[in-house]
Amino acid sequence: MGATSVVDGRLDGRHPELLKESGQREVFCGLTSIVWLHRRMPDAFFLVVGSRTCAHLIQSAAGVMIFAEPRFGTAILGERDLAGLADANEELDRLVKDLLERRPEIRTLFLVGSCPSEVIKLDLAKAADRLNSQLRGRVMVLNYSGSGIETTFTQGEDQALLAMVPLMPASDVDQLLIVGTLADAVEDRLVQLFGRLGIPLVTSLPPRRSTELPPIGPGTRVLLAQPFLSATARALVSRGGRLISAPYPFGVEGSRAWMAAGAEAFGVAPAQVAELLDPLVERGRRAIAPHRELLAGKRLFLLPDSQLELSLARFLQRECGMELVEVGTPYLDRQLLDPELALLPEGTRISEGQDVERQLERVRAARPDLVVCGLGLANPLEAEGIATKWSIELVFSPIHGCDQAGDLAELFARSLRRRAALSFA
Amino acid sequence: MELTLWTYEGPPHVGAMRIATSMEGVHYVLHAPQGDTYADLLFTMIERRDRRPPVTYTTFQARDLGGDTAELVKRSISEAVARFQPEALLVGESCTAELIQDQPGSLAGGMDLGGIPVVSLELPAYSKKENWGAAETLYQLVRGLLKAQLPAPGFEKPSPRRWQQEGRRPRVNLLGPSLLGFRCRDDVREITRLLDGHGIDVAVVAPLGARPADLMRIPSADANVCLYPEVAGSLCSWLERSFGMATVRTVPIGIGATTAFLEEICGLLGLEPPAAGEADRRSRLPWYSRSVDSTYLTGKRVFIFGDATHAIAAARIASQELGFKVVGLGTYSRELAREVRAVAQELGLEALISDDYLAVEAAMAEAAPELVLGTQMERHSAKRLGIPCAVISTPLHVQDVPARTSPQMGWEGANVIFDTWVHPLMMGLEEHLIGMFRHDFEFVDGHLSHLEGASAPTKPAEADPTDGQAAAAPLATALPGNGTLVWSPDGEAELAKIPFFVRGKVRKNTEAYARERGLALIDSEALYEAKAHFSS
Repeated sequence: MGATSVVDGRLDGRHPELLKESGQREVFCGLTSIVWLHRRMPDAFFLVVGSRTCAHLIQSAAGVMIFAEPRFGTAILGERDLAGLADANEELDRLVKDLLERRPEIRTLFLVGSCPSEVIKLDLAKAADRLNSQLRGRVMVLNYSGSGIETTFTQGEDQALLAMVPLMPASDVDQLLIVGTLADAVEDRLVQLFGRLGIPLVTSLPPRRSTELPPIGPGTRVLLAQPFLSATARALVSRGGRLISAPYPFGVEGSRAWMAAGAEAFGVAPAQVAELLDPLVERGRRAIAPHRELLAGKRLFLLPDSQLELSLARFLQRECGMELVEVGTPYLDRQLLDPELALLPEGTRISEGQDVERQLERVRAARPDLVVCGLGLANPLEAEGIATKWSIELVFSPIHGCDQAGDLAELFARSLRRRAALSFA
Repeated sequence: MELTLWTYEGPPHVGAMRIATSMEGVHYVLHAPQGDTYADLLFTMIERRDRRPPVTYTTFQARDLGGDTAELVKRSISEAVARFQPEALLVGESCTAELIQDQPGSLAGGMDLGGIPVVSLELPAYSKKENWGAAETLYQLVRGLLKAQLPAPGFEKPSPRRWQQEGRRPRVNLLGPSLLGFRCRDDVREITRLLDGHGIDVAVVAPLGARPADLMRIPSADANVCLYPEVAGSLCSWLERSFGMATVRTVPIGIGATTAFLEEICGLLGLEPPAAGEADRRSRLPWYSRSVDSTYLTGKRVFIFGDATHAIAAARIASQELGFKVVGLGTYSRELAREVRAVAQELGLEALISDDYLAVEAAMAEAAPELVLGTQMERHSAKRLGIPCAVISTPLHVQDVPARTSPQMGWEGANVIFDTWVHPLMMGLEEHLIGMFRHDFEFVDGHLSHLEGASAPTKPAEADPTDGQAAAAPLATALPGNGTLVWSPDGEAELAKIPFFVRGKVRKNTEAYARERGLALIDSEALYEAKAHFSS
C-alpha cells in the first residue's frame, strides 16, 4: 500500500524544492477534531482522558459556543492516577457511569487518548472493550488517540473514523462510500448528484448518527472527500473496499474529476457524466470569476495546518490564477495526494513539517499577498502588514463540490477585499 | 481522575504564559508536546494581540520520545535566546513534559546564556492550576530579580509616609493585572486616574506592561496595591516580609469597596481621606440604583460564582448597592476560600468552594435564582436552566475583552457593572404585564423584548438525543421513603400562571411545603398555602 519509489522520484523531480523541516510546530493536536465531530454526530460524546491542558484546549476552541448540554469532556488525571494510587480502569468506569447517568441519550462514547495518557501508557483500547461488555447494547464505546505527539489537527478525524471502521457491518452491497466530514447541505447535494448518475447506493462516513454506520465490503468503492484520511482509507481497503484515486472535491476541476472518478468506478458512461457535470462546472466557473479577478496574479503562501493545503493550492493556482510561493503541509501522504501533486505547477516549493521561526522568515522575505495560516499567527502577521486567511475556517465551511467553488474562492478573496474596503483616513 | 466538562482554570503553565506575555522583554521556553501551541490563540484571538506570545515551545512528537528530548530542550533554549535576546528567561514544562522529567530548568542553569536572569519554574500540572501558576511565576521572577537588593535581616521597615520627607508625591505599585485577567486593561487605567486625583502616583504596574528593569524598581514605591490577589497575593506577602513594604488589600470593585480602598490607601500614606459624597459625585451607580425604576430590582434572587476576588466584590454590590438577594455564593479559587466563606456567612449562606462545573450547576438549580453572575461557564448552565446571566469573572471569552472602555474597578467600573447586571433582566413594565396577561401571542413567557434577538428560554422538551435538549424536569419528584410527590393538573395549571422568572422558586417552595405537611398530591390550594406560608 505504501508510496512507490516512482511517485517519490516524480515528486522530487517535479518539485525539487521539497523541504522537510523539523523544529517548533505551530499546529493543533488531534483533539481539536472534537470541535466539529460533536456536531456531525450529536448522539456521540467525546471523553478525553488527559490533563487540564487538554480540557482547556477544547473549551478554548469551542467554549464560545454556549452549550445547554456539553457533548465533550475531559477525565483529568490527578496525582493519584500518576502515582498509581488509583486504579485507572476503576476510575474510568466510575466516570463513565456518572456521565451516562447524566446523559442517557448518548449512543456512542469515544474515549480519546491524549499526550499524558499515551506517555503513561493507559490502555484505553482495553478500557473501551471492558466498558462495551458492561454496557452491551446501550452505548457503544470506542477509542482513538488525538494526542499531539501522534496526531496533527485533522488527523484526529482520521483516527476517530478509523475507530469506527471495525463496527461497520460487513456487506457485499454495491455502494459508493464518501469518507470524511462534509457539511450537511454539501453531502445532500453530492449524494443527489451521484444518484442522478444512477449509482445505486451512496453512503457516508462519518454518518449523521453514530449508530447508523454504513456497511463495508467488496462491493464498496471508497471516495475520500478529505485528503487527511490515510489510516481510515487503508482500514477500509483492508475490509474489502476499493479506493478510488482522484483529486479532492475543491473547486470545479477537482470536484468534477472527483465525481467522474466515482462514476467511472460504477461504469457510468463518460457522456452521461459530462451531461450532468459540465453545466455545473460552467456555473461554478461563473461563480469563481469575480473572485478570480481579485486573486489572479496574487502570491500565496500556505502554512501547514490541516493537509488540505495541497488541494487548496491547486485550486487557487489553477482556477483563481494565484502564484504559489510555498505550500506547507503537516504531513504528506504521497499516495493519497498523488493526483493533487500531478496538478501542481512544476517546481512548486512544497514543505512537509515545520520550523515555524524559519518558515516565518521565509514569509517575511517573500512578502506574499496572502498567507493561509492558523489563528496563533494570523493577527501577528496582519499587524506586520501581511494579509492572512485563517485556515481553520476551511475545516468548518461548506467548501466541497462544484456548487461551492465560488464560496471557496470567496473565503480567500474576502481577506483581500476587506483590506481594500477598510479606510481610516 | 475527575470528569470535567468545563474547567474554570487552565493548567499552571498557562498562568506562566500570562505573566510572560503581559510583560515586555521576557521570554518563556516551554517544554511541551506538539499541539500545546493552542495557548497562543488565547492571546492572539481572545486578547486580540497583534504579536505572538514570547513563548518558544519544544513541540516534541512521539518520534522524539525515543531520542534525546533533553537535547531538544537545550537547542530550543539557545535558539530562543539568540533570536529574541530577552532581558530575562523563564523555563518550564507543560503537563506532558512533567511526565518525562527532562528538568529543563536545571538544563538552562547549566548553559551559558550571556548572564541573563533565568527563572526555572516548578509548576505541578496535576495538582495546581492557572492562577497559582501565574502567582508562582510572578513571585519567582521578582524574587530572582530582586535578590541583590534584599535588605539585611533586622532592617528597619521603610515608612509608607517617607514621601513627605523626600518632598515628592507618594507612589504605589499596582500588582496583579495581566492578560487574560478580567478587564485588567481598563481597571489599571481607572485606578491610575483615581489615585492621581488623590495625589498618588503609580510607580510600577506589573506584570502588565512591565519589563524586568521595572520589576527592579518595585521597592522604590511607598506601598503595593494588590489589585488581583489571585495573581499578586503571594508576591505582596513576600515584599512585605522581605522589604517591609505595606500592602493595600482592599480591592476597589463597587462603590463601598472603592471608598474603603481610598480610605485604606490614604490612611496608609498619610493623606486626606476621601471627601464624603465623592462616590455620588463620581459614579452614577448610586443614583441609578436609588431611582424609582430600580425598585423592581429589590429582592431579585442572584447566584454568584467566579474567582474569589470578583465573587466577593459582586456579593457586596448585589446585596448592598443594588438591593438584590444573594441566594448563592461560591468560588473556584481554593487559595482564597476562607475569605469567600466569611462573606457568605455574613449573608447567611454557605459558600460553595468547588472547581466542579456540575456541582456549581446543581447549586444554581437548587437556589433557583432570577439572575446568575458568573463566568463564561455559568453561561452554559444558565442557558440550560433558562436564567438571565452576566459575566463577572474569568474564565472569559472574546466578548469579554471589548473594544470600549469597560473597567470593573473604581467609579466608572461601578457604572459598567450597573448596566451589565441589569441588562439581562426583563424590564419592570414588561414584568408586570407578563404577570397580568398570559395569553399574548407575541410577548410569551421568557420573551425579553428589550433584548435584541433574545428568545424565550427553550421549553423543556421530550428528550431527543439528536438535538441535545435537556430532558424535561420530571414533574414527579422523589419523596424520601414514601413514593413520589405528584402535581395535580390544576396545581400545574396554577404553577404555569406564575411568571417564569420566579416559577422555579415557587415550585421548590411548594414541594418543600408539601413534604413538610406529608402531602402526596399538590393541587392549586397547596400552592397558595405554600405561598402564604413562605411569605409570612
